[in-house]
Amino acid sequence: MLHGYLPNILDGATVTLTVALASLAIAVILGLAGAAMKLSASRVARSVATVYTTVIRGVPDLVLMLLIFYGGQLAINELAPRLGYAGYVDINPFVAGVLTISFIFGAYLTETFRGAIMAIPAGQREAGIAYGMSQWQVFARIIFPQMVRFALPGFTNNWLVLVKSTALVSVIGLSDMMSRAGHAAGATREPFTFYLTVAALYLLITGVSNLLLGMLQKRYALGVRTASL
Amino acid sequence: MKKMQFLIPALLCILLPALTAHAQDGRKIRLGVEGAYPPFSSIGPDGKLKGFDIDIANALCEQMKAQCTMVQQEFDGMIPSLQAKKIDAVVASMSITEERKKVVDFTDKYYRTPARFVAKKNSGLKIDPAGLKGKRIGVQRTTIHDRFATDVFKESEIVRYAKQNDVFLDLAAGRLDGAILDWIAASEGFLKSPAGQDFSFQGPIYVDFNYFGVGAGIAVRKGDTALKEDFNAAIKAIRANGTYKKLQDKYFTFDVFGN
Amino acid sequence: MLNLEVMSGSLPLYAAGTLVTLKLLAGSLLAGLALALPLSIARASPRAWLSRPVWLFTYVFRGTPLLVQLFLIYYGLAQFAWMRDSIVWPWFSSAWFCCLLAFALNTCAYTTEMLAGAIAATNHGELEAARAMGMSPVTLYRRILLPSALRRALPAYSNEVIMMLHGTSLASIVTLMDITGAARDVNSRFYLPFEAFITAAAFYLALTFILVSLFHLAERRWLVHLAPRT
Repeated sequence: MLHGYLPNILDGATVTLTVALASLAIAVILGLAGAAMKLSASRVARSVATVYTTVIRGVPDLVLMLLIFYGGQLAINELAPRLGYAGYVDINPFVAGVLTISFIFGAYLTETFRGAIMAIPAGQREAGIAYGMSQWQVFARIIFPQMVRFALPGFTNNWLVLVKSTALVSVIGLSDMMSRAGHAAGATREPFTFYLTVAALYLLITGVSNLLLGMLQKRYALGVRTASL
Repeated sequence: MKKMQFLIPALLCILLPALTAHAQDGRKIRLGVEGAYPPFSSIGPDGKLKGFDIDIANALCEQMKAQCTMVQQEFDGMIPSLQAKKIDAVVASMSITEERKKVVDFTDKYYRTPARFVAKKNSGLKIDPAGLKGKRIGVQRTTIHDRFATDVFKESEIVRYAKQNDVFLDLAAGRLDGAILDWIAASEGFLKSPAGQDFSFQGPIYVDFNYFGVGAGIAVRKGDTALKEDFNAAIKAIRANGTYKKLQDKYFTFDVFGN
Repeated sequence: MLNLEVMSGSLPLYAAGTLVTLKLLAGSLLAGLALALPLSIARASPRAWLSRPVWLFTYVFRGTPLLVQLFLIYYGLAQFAWMRDSIVWPWFSSAWFCCLLAFALNTCAYTTEMLAGAIAATNHGELEAARAMGMSPVTLYRRILLPSALRRALPAYSNEVIMMLHGTSLASIVTLMDITGAARDVNSRFYLPFEAFITAAAFYLALTFILVSLFHLAERRWLVHLAPRT
């Protein structure tokens, strides 16, 4: 099957998935933090968040990845001795890949969450505060459930783009399924076969994601009417 | 919402321990290898690295009683990785040239083979700067062949690829008029394969020291003399005790060390 | 700190690369949008035989990475002898054509979904009114649906354009000398990854800024009715 490379490529697929899920977890945290900063009253917070989202969304993933991978390592090499680390702190390709992708998609999720929160009528929050709810209660019981409905389409999109951007991590040396397919293609001179396999695997991941997130969307959108042609 | 602003610093505190710290002592060496340059370095169906470079690296490490980990990299990322301390040495058929010596140190050579031009059998091309004017020549990015082609074949279109295999793919597809690369990599990696049947070596054998150096060596960081000398001693040792010849015979029917 | 000499000396290379990037961007966006208009109408149609095939197309092209699509078109197709012997080979043998094709198909898939969603989001009251007034389907699309759908899709489309700008950086992986290609070249000549990629980032940021400003102007002209009231 595929000249014996299939187990190797499937193994690469688990690497790809692990990177994607780990990055998503961190990116969601960064996204919520970023949205909070962008909506906050503090000008400093807003500026920092704006610089973050503008730079990340203005530079291609490939360029950022190369920059963070090499530049990040150099920066850590400079900083670590000053912070008291005697030895050498290594960023292995997995950590580098996850940090890069979560850093990038934290910015996109910031915009998604911000748009979603802004779509909730201001009266909702005011009513919550009028009832004497704390900031956290307002967020957890009023803002967040409604935000999910508005954020889901954008979130689905961000997740799908994230999964696909893991393909670029092969460039910084992570042995994911894209890089393994490349080696197999080079060794067997059959690029079509192997890239088609990788495409099928990506379709599987995105298909399942679409299904699950679609069910969530329906669940959260009960009662909302769309146009019928 | 303000509580969120503490999340990022908190996150960093959680993540930093995940970045492993290495001790500088103890013999742990990280070697940068390419894995896409047969017969020197390639990846089999089982996902394992194999090839002459890999075997030599393992033999040297055994000789030095060191624990070596192979870190796979793209060739054009080798020297930046070395400088960024991601790897301690490069064992990727990297030729020793004056230009590279400005940024890294090299051990003695561990093999030497010349470069050739590869093109379709009846191309009728005259292999000199004038004859190749306007033609597309494929090379692997940042190699000595890249430098050579860029400087000498000024009127030709030099097309650069990250992997040598990609050059072969485009050469076979007819997107390139020719390619300049290492003799052995060409014959073992391409000409002997079904795709390379219609291709052959053309033009002279390139041995210009300025571009092609004295051979392939192991690159280490500038000033890392200790590691360099250890590698040199190991190279001499495996040459002397027959290990080198055993590995050489596994891949080649002739002497690759060159003199 | 940063080697400014190398950075300034390599500016012509980056400028040439910017031209390549812009050509790729414009070409793929135009082709993609032109194809997306009819496809989005089919996709939003209640008739399954129209919308299903389009759904399959967008599903495949949005579900796989652009890099894989590019590799399949550029390296994958060249593997087959029948492709190399065919009349379309002169086109497919060129990296430019392969990149434009891959990028155009990719952006078309996203734009189709975007426009279809915008069409579906048309206020159902408007549709009822239009039908009550006796508009034919063609007039309905021409006067009511498409103008409002295109306007509604404008913010999302601006995102898509920026995404495509980023996507063009993949052209450097298949031998084209765009901005990223210039950066890789500088990096490989001087072993200065920081300088090389920061310069590239600066160029992309400038382009993004220009594009975002253009879209702001467009939104001010066409989306005034949805702007927040001051």
